[in-house]
Amino acid sequence: MSMRLGARKGSVVLAAAALVAGMAACSSGGGSGGDQVEITFLTQNGEPGATAAQELVDAFMAANEDVVVNLETQPPGAEGDNLMKTKLATGEMADVFHYNSGSLLQALNPDQNLVDLSDQEWADSLVEDMRTVVSTDNGMYGAPWGTTQAGAVMYNKPIYEELGLEVPTDWAGFMANNQAILDAGTAAPIIQTYGDTWTSQLFVLADFANVTAQDPDWAAEYTAHNRFYADQPALQAFENQQEAFEAGYFNEDFASALYDDGIRMLATGEGAHYPILTGAGAAVAQNYPDNLQDIGVFALPAQDAADTRLTVWLPNAMYIPNTTEGEELEAAQRFIAFALSEEGCRIQNEVLVPSGPFTTDLCELPEDAAPTLTDVQTYFDAGLTSPALEFLSPIKGPSLEQITVEVGSGIRPAADGAALYDVDVEKQAQQLGLEGW
Amino acid sequence: MKAKALRRNLTGAVAVLVSIVVFLVPFAFIVLTAAKSAPEASLLDLSLPSEWLLWQNVVDVMQTRDYMLVRAFVNSTVLTVTSVVLMVVMAAMVGYVLQRRSSRWNPMVNVLVLAGLIVPPAVVPTIWVLQTIGLFKTMPGMIFIEATFGLSFCILLFRAFVSTIPKELDEAAVIDGAGPLRLFFQVVLPLLKPVVVTVVVVQAVAVFNDFTGPLYFLPGSDNATVQLTLYNFQSQTLNQWNLLFMNIFLITIPPLVMYIVFNRQIVAGMTSGAVKG
Amino acid sequence: MTTLVASRPSADDALKPPKRRPIKSSYPTWFYIPAGVFYLVLFAVPTFASLYFSLTRWTLFDTEFIGLDNFVQFFSEPMLLRGFTNTFIYGFLTSGAKVVLGLLLGVFLTSQIAARGYLRSVVFFPVLVSTIGVGITFKVLMDPFDGLINSGLALFGITGPGWLTDPSLALFSIALVDVWKGVGIATLIYIAGIAAIPPEYYEAARVDGANGWQRFWRITVPLVRPATTTVVLLSLIGGLRAFDLIWAMTRGGPGFTSDVIGSVIYKQYQAGFYGLSTAGNVVLFVVVTAIIVPIAIWFNKREVER
Repeated sequence: MSMRLGARKGSVVLAAAALVAGMAACSSGGGSGGDQVEITFLTQNGEPGATAAQELVDAFMAANEDVVVNLETQPPGAEGDNLMKTKLATGEMADVFHYNSGSLLQALNPDQNLVDLSDQEWADSLVEDMRTVVSTDNGMYGAPWGTTQAGAVMYNKPIYEELGLEVPTDWAGFMANNQAILDAGTAAPIIQTYGDTWTSQLFVLADFANVTAQDPDWAAEYTAHNRFYADQPALQAFENQQEAFEAGYFNEDFASALYDDGIRMLATGEGAHYPILTGAGAAVAQNYPDNLQDIGVFALPAQDAADTRLTVWLPNAMYIPNTTEGEELEAAQRFIAFALSEEGCRIQNEVLVPSGPFTTDLCELPEDAAPTLTDVQTYFDAGLTSPALEFLSPIKGPSLEQITVEVGSGIRPAADGAALYDVDVEKQAQQLGLEGW
Repeated sequence: MKAKALRRNLTGAVAVLVSIVVFLVPFAFIVLTAAKSAPEASLLDLSLPSEWLLWQNVVDVMQTRDYMLVRAFVNSTVLTVTSVVLMVVMAAMVGYVLQRRSSRWNPMVNVLVLAGLIVPPAVVPTIWVLQTIGLFKTMPGMIFIEATFGLSFCILLFRAFVSTIPKELDEAAVIDGAGPLRLFFQVVLPLLKPVVVTVVVVQAVAVFNDFTGPLYFLPGSDNATVQLTLYNFQSQTLNQWNLLFMNIFLITIPPLVMYIVFNRQIVAGMTSGAVKG
Repeated sequence: MTTLVASRPSADDALKPPKRRPIKSSYPTWFYIPAGVFYLVLFAVPTFASLYFSLTRWTLFDTEFIGLDNFVQFFSEPMLLRGFTNTFIYGFLTSGAKVVLGLLLGVFLTSQIAARGYLRSVVFFPVLVSTIGVGITFKVLMDPFDGLINSGLALFGITGPGWLTDPSLALFSIALVDVWKGVGIATLIYIAGIAAIPPEYYEAARVDGANGWQRFWRITVPLVRPATTTVVLLSLIGGLRAFDLIWAMTRGGPGFTSDVIGSVIYKQYQAGFYGLSTAGNVVLFVVVTAIIVPIAIWFNKREVER
């Protein structure tokens, strides 16, 4: 009887001890149970962005055991723009999200919807251009993720070597090279891929640094409704596109070819020049890794060599909506800081394939960069770069890609197209409630 | 008789040939592209792959984003089955009463049905409503949305086909003492079988293939439906055509199996129609 | 509102008292309630809310009341006239083709032919594939240079056109694909309709010595009228509102040449002009209703007369 009792007592003590030990483990480790903070990170589907996001989440969770990050993805492009606005407007945004900087960010009403990050430690590390495109007058809202890229002419180096061509610095030189390539008859001088309509805009968009070189106030005056695409110097871009079409320099299937076809033509030497975003280097690296060294970059030439500049696209950034509060907000801020840490930079370099310099001092480019990157870097080193219009003005008309397809296919003359685009942007300016429209 | 059989087979053979050119070649393209490597697939031509990577690509697609496609299959199946059952029952009830009973409500109901087909859903206000009743981002909420958006189509079909069932049958059942519920579920609905099958097939495909609905009303990776997985391989700058087409191929299989199963039911419905006449 | 008034006459026709009316409670009005509740809460309420936004400049975050400016702006879209023309061409072409082909295929696939099961499945295959998949596939097949269609034509010495890149042809090419993708549904509805025709009619006709052609015109066509009504209404509404396949194949291009009203509105929506695109939807609704309601009334009338 007594033995039994003793045994029972002993087991109770043991159980109590186990309970206490368990609780202690719980609170000291902080690794399991209710002490964890859970946040959600939203990014766009598609490679390599989704992989990079996954690696960032995994690395962050390994280093911060008290935070659980759920990764969510959604479609990119215009569908994604709508989704972002819908989520913000209905208060359903993820705790941290990845999105464009510049005019698309402005359309999200950052002052009303986002958390000001200007007090964060990394905030001072941003280069001035980057700071501008994630800021309003009232705050700084984003941390860059990825590198800059250029809108420029990517070209096939073996063709240049074979024909003994030099990288052109003015439009006449560019057209002379095109003629030489056409005469040689082995490759299309200029690759155009209107099957993916967005690619048709590069003649216009990548010319913008050249416009800025001729008229430094153009973007600000454009926002104030005092400059127009129907006038020089901006009109020149439309005229150049028309001239290139009329000269017969485009690949035969330009009307139906896709971006992927453009990459193939460029990499394999079926085409010589491809005006495109230099992020295309990642596509070359995936589909034609052996040809990556064959691809170079030069700025889309202006009429006058003195005006030729490289047009730069600033990277997307990470933002926190103001529906994120308390512990989640603190965790979200740590997550963003981690993205700019050494580990975060490593992921950006290895997975995102840099296509231009970083916009923060915290990250450094790899040593063994491809020529697509080093060519771009040359322009930065020489100070011959300027941001694309969408980073200097909130106005970008929705129909530009249809208009440039028409101009580049001979359906509509350049002057008409430019005038139509001036009408197209009015809706956008009115929607933004800008003065003077 | 012999000549007739010959002609029948000949017509069949010609039809099969035409169908191969018109309908099967596009599918061959999908399957062949799904079996290629990424660089070969980006040529987008109708050629045999130099190396068959069918299984490799299946595995790649399945594993993408932590087996997202598998979760998507489960979600889409639940969504499709429940919402189609819901809308078919509700719509059959409306279509039946609408056709059988003349009242001053009819024109209004007819207009509302047409409006349901013509007016595109208003996304943001719908989200507000769902948030108010606490069903936003939930599977029941999504099911109700799909059921609602499919109502008009179903009602239109049911109303049209109820007219083919002789009213005398209703009267006989009523004389036998059947109440409205028994009359509808045990007498009328079974006779509507060919239409029910048609509606189920068409709507199941529509819900299963719906892309924008889940995108807006059911966000979150855990809630992904099959159409959303297509975006894993499609982006503005870098397409993985082989995996994209493999994904298209894989998500076409469930509706295909469903259709083949139900196709028998339509044939069965035809014989039951013969009995009923 | 006009639609309500316009459709009332048909109701009056339908009000003719049936000869022998079964006990009214056999068709209880409460059968409307379940569907009605869903429709009201999840469709009608949001739709009416959005009507208000067609009178505002709406960024989703802010609204500013601007009266009818959105409608003025919508009607001054540079591509509007072409959009309307294309919408009518596309809507009537696709629905006409679906009715004719659907009926013929329906008759063919319910007759005694070899490989019937296979043929039925194969006609319906395209319905099962997502629009994105169909769009990409046909963009490739219709490629002017190495697309399969033009390669096939080249075998016969024909130089195929730029199906999707020729501005005067693009819309028709998309319509062709739309019919390819949608004819399966029309066929299925017709098969269900033909299945509901009592075989006694055919037997009686055969006894009377009617040939196949006469049986088709005298029995099948009149008796599948419910199916025809459904196919016409569904495919015409679908065709007039269409934009998703157009979007997947050409995005309204080259340039603006294959834009329809649906794609114009969709582009406005994509661009974030929410008030403007809502106004566009109101306009499209009025136009489609003005076309559909008379047709629906006409079909209903014929049905009642029968």
